[in-house]
Amino acid sequence: MEKRATFSKTSVGVMFVLPQILLVFTFFYWPTGAALYWAFTLERPWGGGNEWVGLDNFRQVFADRAYWGSIIRSIIFAGATSFLSMGFGLLLAVACDRGLKFYQAFRTVFVWPYAVVAPAAALAFRFIFAPEAGIFSALVKSNHEFWNPAQNGYHAMTMIIVCYSWKYAAYCFIFFLAALQAIPRSVIEASALDGAGVLRRVRDIQLPLITPTFFFLLVISITDSFQDSFGIVDVMTDGGPAKATEFMVYKIYFDGFRGLDYSGAAAQSIVLMFLMMVLTFFQFRFIERRIHYS
Amino acid sequence: MKSKLIATAATLLLAATTSAFSAERVKFEMWHGLTGDLGGAVEEVCKRFNDSQADYEITCTSQGSYDNALQNAIAAYRAKKNPTIVQVFDAGTLDLLLSEAYVPARKLMADNGYKINWEDYIPAISNYYANSKGELNSFPFNSSTAMFYWNKDAFAKIGKTSAPKTWDETFDALKALKSAGYECPMAWNYDTWPIMEQSSAINNLPIATKGNGYQGLDAEFAVNKTKFVDIVKNLKKAYDDGLVKIKTPDTGATIVQAFSNADCQVMLSSIADHGTVGKTQKPDMQWEVAMLPTLTGAERHNSLVGGASLWALQGKTDGEYKGAAAFFNFIAQPDSALFWSTRTGYIPVTKSGFEFMKAQGFYDKAPYKGRELAIASLNASPITENTRGIRLGGFVQIRKEMRDALTDIFANKVSVDDGINSAVERSNAVLRKFEKTYAGKMLP
Repeated sequence: MEKRATFSKTSVGVMFVLPQILLVFTFFYWPTGAALYWAFTLERPWGGGNEWVGLDNFRQVFADRAYWGSIIRSIIFAGATSFLSMGFGLLLAVACDRGLKFYQAFRTVFVWPYAVVAPAAALAFRFIFAPEAGIFSALVKSNHEFWNPAQNGYHAMTMIIVCYSWKYAAYCFIFFLAALQAIPRSVIEASALDGAGVLRRVRDIQLPLITPTFFFLLVISITDSFQDSFGIVDVMTDGGPAKATEFMVYKIYFDGFRGLDYSGAAAQSIVLMFLMMVLTFFQFRFIERRIHYS
Repeated sequence: MKSKLIATAATLLLAATTSAFSAERVKFEMWHGLTGDLGGAVEEVCKRFNDSQADYEITCTSQGSYDNALQNAIAAYRAKKNPTIVQVFDAGTLDLLLSEAYVPARKLMADNGYKINWEDYIPAISNYYANSKGELNSFPFNSSTAMFYWNKDAFAKIGKTSAPKTWDETFDALKALKSAGYECPMAWNYDTWPIMEQSSAINNLPIATKGNGYQGLDAEFAVNKTKFVDIVKNLKKAYDDGLVKIKTPDTGATIVQAFSNADCQVMLSSIADHGTVGKTQKPDMQWEVAMLPTLTGAERHNSLVGGASLWALQGKTDGEYKGAAAFFNFIAQPDSALFWSTRTGYIPVTKSGFEFMKAQGFYDKAPYKGRELAIASLNASPITENTRGIRLGGFVQIRKEMRDALTDIFANKVSVDDGINSAVERSNAVLRKFEKTYAGKMLP
């Protein structure tokens, strides 16, 4: 028989839920509502009046080539960083799970990058990649065209992707390792006895069994890459050179907080929110179907 | 148990009353955007004010940057928790001016019984911040202008003992420096401030219609129609010839660092960096500042003031406004100017402050010598429509558009004309949106 704990009175239950509802309302629905309102008006930064303009802000945003550029860059960034961070995270996790030499030490070390805050990591990577001062300067002494993220947009983008993936590989590593260790040893041992090699075991046993984690990380990586790139971009490139690393979130920050165009930034936030919702919906609709939760 | 509780309550009460007695000074807050050494200097100014009188106590808090100071002040103002005084940088002036969030400087001082000689402010500074009637709404505080920094040792090698006066002479000198074996004759960082804003003023070129925006929000950005285009073309050519090198944090060194350690021989930067260069320079390096070069044949006009001003915000008590007025009065005193300019590279904002510093021999001594040229640059001519200042909405975005265009131009992605034209077009979209946001508002 199923056991269930229930509250004798509805009011008690409501009281338990109330703090949570209040929090969600104050920190999510209220700001979203305000942003939605601003997106349809022209808001003056110091207050004192705003005018209803309907869809003008959205029209302006979509008519802007630079905005489409920022959407495309954000999507490329999401794809590249998810691939790199999940790929490396998985590789390291499989190696640690196998119990290779010194794996206990590595298991601890591999987690560290995630603990480094984004701006600090960005500062370090900026130095590493600086063509005239950092470690890369030795490589480019003879040829400045070879590496110059201050002028070449592709170089700057590469630099940001590497820095971000370095940090998020650690995050993926934690989850992959936990998932791998949750696989019953008996299954692995049985397949080993049947003569399956390491790669075969990874492909046929481990990967299929950790697909739920894989899916979770995919959703989180893509969502996070849209939002979390800010700290790195702000320190490393300021969105430059010439908008080459200006992602959607950085553009929202710049237009809203630095340019004081609150309405334009609000409209962009709404677009970003919808994009995230659509992306996540598609992931659940088409990828989750192929996943088996045991 | 109960007696213990009463005892605690009594102690608390006593503590409360004693602190009430000692805290009879009116406290008020100022938020500013300076950090590091300059932030420390602001706090010293506040401490000097607190030590100078017993009625008021100012607390000065750095918000991390000009942008943050402005954003945080806006957020706080909207929540009615704003500080009494906020420091707002030049490009943030217009939004505040069009709002009802501030107490005009004149009214504040008159209400609190201070007689300020408004004519005492250096015209290039007061005109920049003043409204259409020529009245100041905020107090110019940390003020600077762009200067030409040159390495005297390097120039001596090419037989020059003075700084070039025109751009043509500058490029000739850069060529000679290159031939003399200098890897980086001039450092540049895509900054629009010296080459667009300052150079336009110095050569009396408009950067926008309607008197650079002072006559109305319908002004149009127009640098693509002036000789600014030639300045960029020549700079680009110099870059292609290896006379100009890009120095930004992502290449490894800023222009100030590159100049201070004698890697680069020339830079255009704020007079506020005078102190930094002096403190961080390569030992025994001989260097000086000069006024920015003009275009050949152009008459020199005054340069623009940069930096920030202090605003009194609405919604405070009379006592706090009295304190704010006392503080503004304090920083306007000549010896405050002397302290401020000695401690930082900023210039005095009043004529009397400047005269006082001259009389004290401030500008004769080594580390400060040359800074008087910044005042000379600001005073180079009477103010014209083109040299008054810039009053354009969304100017932070406009600067970014131009900087992005310059980056593309220098990376050979677009031609000089196309790059500047598209930046102007995008900037005008920003201006039109700003105009619509403040529809029905007149410039005060």
